[in-house]
Amino acid sequence: MGDAIVITSGKGGVGKTTTTANIGTALALMGKKVCLVDTDIGLRNLDVVMGLENRIIYDLVDVAEGRCRLHQALIKDKRFEALYMLPAAQTKDKSAVQPKEMKKIIEELKQDYDYVLIDCPAGIEQGFQNAIAGADKSVVVTTPETSAVRDADRIIGLLEKEEGIEAPKLVVNRIRNHMMQSGEMLDVDEIVSILAIDLLGIVGDDDTVIRASNKGEPIALDPSSKASIAYRNIARRILGESVPLLSLQEEKGVLTKVKKFFGMRS
Amino acid sequence: MAMAQKQSQQYVTIKGTKDGLNLILDDSCAFRDVINDLDDKLSARHIQQTEGHTITVTIKVGNRYLTIEQEETLRDLIQSKQNLKVDRIDSNVISRDEAEEERKRTTVKSVARTVRSGQILEVEGDLLLIGDVNPGGTVMAGGNIFVMGTLRGIAHAGAYGNTDAVITASLLKPSQLRIADLISRPPDQSGITDAEAECAYIKEGTEISVDRVQILTKIRPNLTRL
Repeated sequence: MGDAIVITSGKGGVGKTTTTANIGTALALMGKKVCLVDTDIGLRNLDVVMGLENRIIYDLVDVAEGRCRLHQALIKDKRFEALYMLPAAQTKDKSAVQPKEMKKIIEELKQDYDYVLIDCPAGIEQGFQNAIAGADKSVVVTTPETSAVRDADRIIGLLEKEEGIEAPKLVVNRIRNHMMQSGEMLDVDEIVSILAIDLLGIVGDDDTVIRASNKGEPIALDPSSKASIAYRNIARRILGESVPLLSLQEEKGVLTKVKKFFGMRS
Repeated sequence: MAMAQKQSQQYVTIKGTKDGLNLILDDSCAFRDVINDLDDKLSARHIQQTEGHTITVTIKVGNRYLTIEQEETLRDLIQSKQNLKVDRIDSNVISRDEAEEERKRTTVKSVARTVRSGQILEVEGDLLLIGDVNPGGTVMAGGNIFVMGTLRGIAHAGAYGNTDAVITASLLKPSQLRIADLISRPPDQSGITDAEAECAYIKEGTEISVDRVQILTKIRPNLTRL
């Protein structure tokens, strides 16, 4: 019996889908059986990020409405034997599926997979209710922007009210180190202190992530990228390992190191 | 016959004090008897009072529970006599509902959680929040609000009109403060706040003022309930 983890954020465009794809890929890299579920009905794109768009035959709505069996709709990943995804429908909208049906589908997937990762749509309406219906755990993704943190806070409030879902964990995505240092961006400590939940990981803003997404190759596959290491670390923390947070700092000059040694601020 | 009987019974005792009259009503007879006796006594007594000078009356009804109608009757009777004004009616008894209201109004509710964006936490009495109020979150209380954490959202103390209510927080960085029907918001370029516990209260009835908590000892002595 596996774990169902919903990945959500409230605000759109903070990297839920990218996070889902990469954590899923990283978990598969570690030999886990993983199924990704896209619940963004009408605006699906997990399949695009995974590079599996052209293999879709059936989707989530087909399963919910009984037009096909669950295993028929699952798409096997190109790279991993143990990584599957259940795509969302593109032609319907969020009301095409009910939370009860979602719960049943996730329950069924949990029998066969170690991890079921649910990619949640933006917003707090029915799509969100569907996505969290079958989840046991949750990951909230935010970026160091006030508006994203505000929405994350709202989502955390809603998740905390939900029975049967563990306390959410936080991923801070798209960190731009130079802006954070200069104080133009919220820093991670500040975000964690406002949201008051456990930090699962931090991911830097990296051009390679976008490049990889466009190619349909999750960045987690590329061991030379910092973002990839960050996602792999998140996956390891999900497996229960304790991994220290990755430093996003670039290599520093001798002077800054000396300054730090004497406790001076650079 | 009936007249003689009534007068022999003392249902109403009238005492004069420097603040006015104290009417002590018997609490073990019928309400009608009290009213009749009171009517007689006041009519007789009234003649002795100097004209044009208003006298305040305090009514003590002992262990009698007065319904709203009975209270009305009593007030009407006394007010109908010239120069008399009812200050208050003291009773040893209150109804269960009133007691419950009173309890809600005066208790301090303690809550340990974070009030997040979109959430509203409302209590009828005082609120002791052990945690933060995040931006977009709201705390409301009929009485005072004490936040043992950072107040970043909206706090509304004295929500039902109590202008004596105060708001305190370990760290006061609110998006808005409201006390009774006054609203204030920090200046757009504030940013600088020292990490000292602060409080907000209504100053001179017109504006919400922010100061150190220590000042409350002086301006709101009723906060001490020992």
